[in-house]
Order: sequence, then structure tokens, then C-alpha cells
Amino acid sequence: WLILDWFPYKMNMFQSVTSALDNTLASDPTAVIFGEDVAFGGVFRCTVGLRDKYGKDRVFNTPLCEQGIVGFGIGAAVAGATAIAEIQFADYIYPAFDQIVNEAAKYRYRSGNLFDCGSLTIRAPWGCVGHGSLYHSQSPEAFFAHCPGIKVVIPRSPVQAKGLLLACIADQNPCIFFEPKILYRAAVEQVPVEPYTLPLSQAEVLQEGSDVTVVAWGTQIHVMREVADMAQEKLGVSCELIDLQTILPWDVETICKSVVKTGRLLISHEAPITGGFAAEISSSVQEQCFLNLEAPISRVCGYDTPFPHIFEPFYIPDKWKCFDAIKKMINY
Amino acid sequence: MLTNISHVLRACAQRNGAAAVVSARTYADFTTEASFEIKKCDIHKLDEAPATQVVMTRDEGLQYYRIMQTIRRMELKADQLYKQKIIRGFCHLYDGQEACAVGIEAGINLTDHLITAYRAHGYTYTRGGTVKEIMSELTGRRGGIAKGKGGSMHMYTKNFYGGNGIVGAQVPLGAGVALACKYQGKNELSVSLYGDGAANQGQIFETYNMAALWKLPAIFICENNRYGMGTPVERSAASTDYYKRGDYIPGLRVDGMDVLCVREATKFAADHCRAGKGPILMELQTYRYHGHSMSDPGVSYRTREEIQEVRGKSDPISLLKDRILSNNMASVEELKEIDVSVRKEIEDAAQFATTDPEPPLEELCNHIFKNDPPMEVRSTNPWIKLKSVS
Repeated sequence: WLILDWFPYKMNMFQSVTSALDNTLASDPTAVIFGEDVAFGGVFRCTVGLRDKYGKDRVFNTPLCEQGIVGFGIGAAVAGATAIAEIQFADYIYPAFDQIVNEAAKYRYRSGNLFDCGSLTIRAPWGCVGHGSLYHSQSPEAFFAHCPGIKVVIPRSPVQAKGLLLACIADQNPCIFFEPKILYRAAVEQVPVEPYTLPLSQAEVLQEGSDVTVVAWGTQIHVMREVADMAQEKLGVSCELIDLQTILPWDVETICKSVVKTGRLLISHEAPITGGFAAEISSSVQEQCFLNLEAPISRVCGYDTPFPHIFEPFYIPDKWKCFDAIKKMINY
Repeated sequence: MLTNISHVLRACAQRNGAAAVVSARTYADFTTEASFEIKKCDIHKLDEAPATQVVMTRDEGLQYYRIMQTIRRMELKADQLYKQKIIRGFCHLYDGQEACAVGIEAGINLTDHLITAYRAHGYTYTRGGTVKEIMSELTGRRGGIAKGKGGSMHMYTKNFYGGNGIVGAQVPLGAGVALACKYQGKNELSVSLYGDGAANQGQIFETYNMAALWKLPAIFICENNRYGMGTPVERSAASTDYYKRGDYIPGLRVDGMDVLCVREATKFAADHCRAGKGPILMELQTYRYHGHSMSDPGVSYRTREEIQEVRGKSDPISLLKDRILSNNMASVEELKEIDVSVRKEIEDAAQFATTDPEPPLEELCNHIFKNDPPMEVRSTNPWIKLKSVS
């Protein structure tokens, strides 16, 4: 019966998110979930069944006002509730930017630890989806990485999603949890029904290697896995693949330890290259591991343009561009 | 005898493949204008309401019919193309709300300015876009009105500022345009549209304040189609009297399914602005037949019976058609000819939209900034740099 308690069910990512939220609402009587259209289940079905199970005063819709949603969430968290706010698409989070950066991130600091909104978690679908175009495909993690006081977390799969989301909710700091929307249905794994957490600020080494360290997060991990296989097959290059998982505060040690071993680093993300989070990783790594580097650190990212409508297949850092980058690094 | 001539002319036109409507210009046969009684508008902080007795000429009637029918057919064609996966991405259709776009345009001039949210195909057409340009923008081809780079939500023409994806963000822009109108003194005004869902965004209220404070020639129009995506108005708004939400800004509530009602109210509002009295708010009560977008079937939050009821009782095109026919302003054949020619126009446009080539790859980086010598744009790795021309 112990084994049955932990019996994993096949879940896709939105189901694993629902499972995490279900666990939270069950165990924490102060937990509330709110956002646009969450009551019927959400536009990505992440909150299906929760309102029926836990009542309409715990899972409720807000009007169309992102700034209001996050501000309201901060208030609820400060007063002691576990507030889980949903922003319908990460592209819409900007009206709430002031609330997140100026209020949520600085609450504990400015009140000298008298008050905090640590029980606030903001969830938003993130990343390209094939047909999202300018306002349904953005990856804004870099904007928030520049803000001490909040945590930014991005899972790569259903098992990670549930564990990291529960960790964010439990964490006593305001967290932003970006969910790669293209993986909502596409990624399926056996996920435990019982709650479990995965550590924040800890990068995970998915594949050990000796020649190139590859760092990515979210959807890009799956692209890089394929690239690592291609590199092994065609170039005989062994890649160490690392999922950063937490963007802020990020795990400098794991990345640096890996770069010391391999001497080469490739970072890849969908967001535009200038000022993207790869720049921060690159800068920190060269500071710490300068003499260990065999080649300049390579960043394969989106172009410095708004996320395009028809040009999406050209814009995204696909496996060929990454493979090309590895090739150039090896031959440096 | 004149009808015989017109029949012959019509036959000739068809044989020559002309798409022109050969109308029987028999002044004895049709009434050139008729007077109609329209619904009275609810008013807020106003002393008088728009007229309830209005005149529509035959030409106007046929013109409104043609434009509304074009928008309707264009949207239905877009639906079809979307289901065939020729149009991808997001597509928010306007069928059911045609009377709003056509009525508003009839109440203002092409030199006035208009901005709206993402349900913009109808306005792109009334503001001067062609069906061909609109459809090829939907399919993302180089003949599109935004060179294929914008898609459904980002269409623009002269004095039409889009086409905006972020809800509510277009309203402060509209007020800014109004300020420019006032400043330049050309007696132009700015019309800013938004939906019932957007009416709860904070920036809308910031805009009301600025517009009223500086007496800007701005008409704010809330297209209330009863549902913000899937949420009915009662569940999202503390006050569903959207025309009163401007508080200190006078407001009108208008029947948005009647093109004459919308036209009269717009004229009234335009006169108000042009007289320098400051901004005014209009709520158009309308309805959309499709769901919020093509990914929404539209029946999970409302019943099919409700949609059928609106289609049966208040369809804007049917309403206009009944008025025209019952007042003997045109013949059934004439309206049918308009239908046929509209259908052909849409077919040709769809054909063009499907076969036109996509924009060249060089376009990917153009127009990010305005730069005199072409700028270099970094891309996915440092060895590839792209050129940006603007």
C-alpha cells in the first residue's frame, strides 16, 4: 500500500500542474488560486476541477487586469494567505511589472523583515508555441532576473513542473513560475500523485560529458538533448547537458564546476540575445573560469527582433544553429 | 421599358465578366430615401440624446449593405481558411458586429482617426484596406497590409492605428492621437475602441481622466458583446453600465446591431467632440457569432439557442435588408447581385492570399529601429549577423 501511494500516473504538464495545485489546496487551508478564467479550468486546463473540489471562494476568476491581479496577490500574501496568481500569458505580465519589481520583490527588504509576501506565487505560460507570434510566445525571464527579491523558475517536464511548483509555493519568497506552453500537452511523464518538492536554485546535470557544457532551460532542454546526440554521433563530442531550472538565484557552482571540467560552454534560450539571461551566465562564468576556457562562450539565442509572426521557424535557436555553434567551438 | 434596358445591360455585364452592379436606375421604381424610427439611446450626463427619426438614402442603404456583407463574407472565408490551416496563429472574427464598424465609419470622416483592439478585420476594411490586403495579411504573405509581418491582430492603414494585441493598451494611445488632433487644429477627432473585458483595465480610467482634464476630442467606444472571451459581463464587472463608467465623461448606450442607430450616435458624439466639449463615451451593445477566437468554439459559455436567437432577431445585415426591401428602396435581385459580386471579390482575395509568396527572409530584421545606414542585428550565434533596413 505504501507503493500504491506513490504509484505514478501518466500526466502531461498541465495535469501535473493541476496535481500540484490540488495538493496545495488540500494541505494548506489558506491557499487561493485566482486569475483570468481559472474557474472553469483555465485556458490551458491547468486548474480543471479545482473549483468544484475546493469551492468558489478558493478558486476564482479576476477581471481583466494584470496589475490588479498581482497587486491583489501581494496583498493577500502579506496578510498570510498562500496566493497563487495566474497571468494568462507571460506576454501579458508587463502591466504587473511595477507591482512585481517595486512591491513584491522589495517588501521584505524595505520593511526590515517585518512584512513579506513570500507566500505569493505567480504562474504564467511561457515560450514559443509554433503559432503564437508577437504576444503569445515571449520569454520574459531576463526582465525579472534583474530584480533581487523574487525567484524565477522554469521547469522542463511534468515531473519537474510539479516538484518545482510545489517548491515555489512552499518557498518563503515571491516566485514567478513560467510554464513552457508548448509542453503542456506534448510532454508526458509518470508523475507521482503525492506532493513532493524539488530543490530551487539547483541546476540539474542531465547528461554527463567531457567536451562541452550545454546550459538551457524549459523547452530548449529538449532541443539541446537532440543536439547533444547529434554532436556525439557526428563529431564524437561528448556534451554535458545542464538544466538551469531556477533562473534567479541561479546555481553558479554547478555550471562553473562543469565548465572547469569541459572548458567550453554553450548557452541557449529563445529570448532575444541582447540582455538575455545567457549574457549573465556567460559573464559570471568567464569571471570564475577564465583560464579553464578553451573557446569563447557561445550563446545561441533568439534574434534581436520582436517575436515574429511568420518568421518563427527562422527566429528560434533550433538544433542546427546549436549544432553549428558546438562545431565552431570544438574547432576553435 | 427602362427595366428592359437594365436587364439587357445586366446580361451584357455578366457576359463581359464585369463585376459591376447594374442597378435599375429607374427613379420611378425605387424610393430614393426613407425615414426610419430607431431606438432611443440611454444617456449619461447629457441633456439630449441622438435623434430617433433618421433618414437613409437608397445609395447609403446599398453602400452599408455592401460593406457589411463584405465584412461578413470575409470573416466567414477567414474561418474556412483557418480550418484548412492556411491561416494560422490567432484569428478573432467580427461577424455579428458589422453594424458597429460600418455605423461608426458612416458617422465620421476618413480624415478622422481610429484605433481598436484585436478584433480588427472589419475596421481595417472600413478604414480603407482592401479585402485582398487583409486576407494576405492573415495568411502572412508579402501582399499583406503589414507586409505579412503582423498577422490578424496587427493591421494598419492611414488614420487607422491597428490592430492591438494587448488588451486595453490601445486606449491611452487613442487619447494621445486625440491630443495631436486638438493640437494641430484640423478639426479631426480620435475614436478609441475597446471591449467589455478591457473596460476593467486600469489604463482605461487613466485615459478617461486625461481626456476629460484636457478636453480632448476623443470618442471612447466600448463594444459590449456580452462576453470577455468566455466570461459574461455580469461575472467580471461590478457595473455593467459601461457607458456610465466614464463617470464625469458623458455617455451613450447604443443598439450596436442597428447600423443607423450606431451612425446617429456616432454623428452625435462627433459633433460633441468637434464643438470642443471634450471626450464622450459610447457603449455599443452588440454580439459576436463566433467564439472569442478560432480556438474557441463559442458554445461552452453560451447556448446555441442564444446565438440562434440573436441571428434570427437582430442580425445587422438582415435588419438593414428588411428595411431596404420593405421601403422599396431596392429590389431583391439588386441585393442578390451585391451578394454575388461580394462573394467573387472574397474568392479572388482568398485565391491571392493563398498563392502570394511569403515575405523574403531579409524582412525578418527590417524595421526594428529607424536607422540610416542599415543596422546589424545579432542572431542566434555570433557568426551570423543580419541586416536591418528601415
